[in-house]
Amino acid sequence: MTLGWYLAVSAIIFSIGVGGVLVRRNPLVVLLCLELMLNAGNLALVTFARMYGGEGGQIFALIVLVVAACEVTVGLGLIVAISRRNLPVDVDELHELNG
Amino acid sequence: MSEVLFFLAAIAAIVGAIGVVALRNPFYAVLALVCHLVSLAALFLLLRAEFVAAAQVVVYAGAVMVLYVFVVAYVGGAEDIRSGNTMRVLGPLFAVAVAIELCIALLGSALSGIDSQGAPYKLGFGTPEQIGKLFLTDYLFVFEVASLLLLVAAIGAIVLARRRRGLEDDDGSIARVIGERRPSYTGTMAEGAGVRQVLQALEASHGGLLEVGGAKSDEPPAPAAAGEDDGAGA
Repeated sequence: MTLGWYLAVSAIIFSIGVGGVLVRRNPLVVLLCLELMLNAGNLALVTFARMYGGEGGQIFALIVLVVAACEVTVGLGLIVAISRRNLPVDVDELHELNG
Repeated sequence: MSEVLFFLAAIAAIVGAIGVVALRNPFYAVLALVCHLVSLAALFLLLRAEFVAAAQVVVYAGAVMVLYVFVVAYVGGAEDIRSGNTMRVLGPLFAVAVAIELCIALLGSALSGIDSQGAPYKLGFGTPEQIGKLFLTDYLFVFEVASLLLLVAAIGAIVLARRRRGLEDDDGSIARVIGERRPSYTGTMAEGAGVRQVLQALEASHGGLLEVGGAKSDEPPAPAAAGEDDGAGA
């Protein structure tokens, strides 16, 4: 299997994530779609690490994993705070996040 | 063999990703993401990234997804939220445009390795030993920054999601908490000593709960009186 196939899969998964962020309005699902995009980036990084035979890309992928975990933690904390205040769990209705 | 595995894993990953976007129930979307992550780990294994695949399954499909399931159960996000008409048409169009553009950019980039099977395999590539050695030598600063970032995120999540006074609808006052009817044998203070004793102790210590509880006059609050029977009976 040549490495171009892996890159194509990564591009497809990334664009599915982009479409999900645009279409869905539930912030939980928007976070899931962000995860999809980060994972597509991870796949591309690991593919490039295989392409050049160095582990730097895999280190980068692991750091992206850490960043994704942090993003999930803070995002889910925000969603819990939103639902505690009885605000609608809908990204279009949350105007007060404008600041 | 590796071709068969690649196509199985790639199709499962793409189907899982589509499921995340298309399923209406957020709980099923989370399960679809678990399927996506596991098949992505299979792709990582095919790319000889053993440690990344293991971390993907353990950290992502294990811990993070459990967090998601808890929050979905807490928020109860089963309601059907549909987007507006413009976004429902424009979103997929934009996604298709992004996919085509990315494929052109990646596959047309004339990188010499794209049509190859990758660099020649060297022993120990992507194993935990190698990754750990790199993390503690060449990438030590990145490693420390990552741990600091995790700490900040944990503290931030606690600060964001903690229970704050005055945000909820109920007043959260001591009178309400003490006087609330609870099932017997739950080990509350009022059950052990009786509601009246608790009220007297509060009165003796700092002027009673009438000041704490708010604008109530001399008579004890009604729910406390109702709960007294429970306390005496227990």
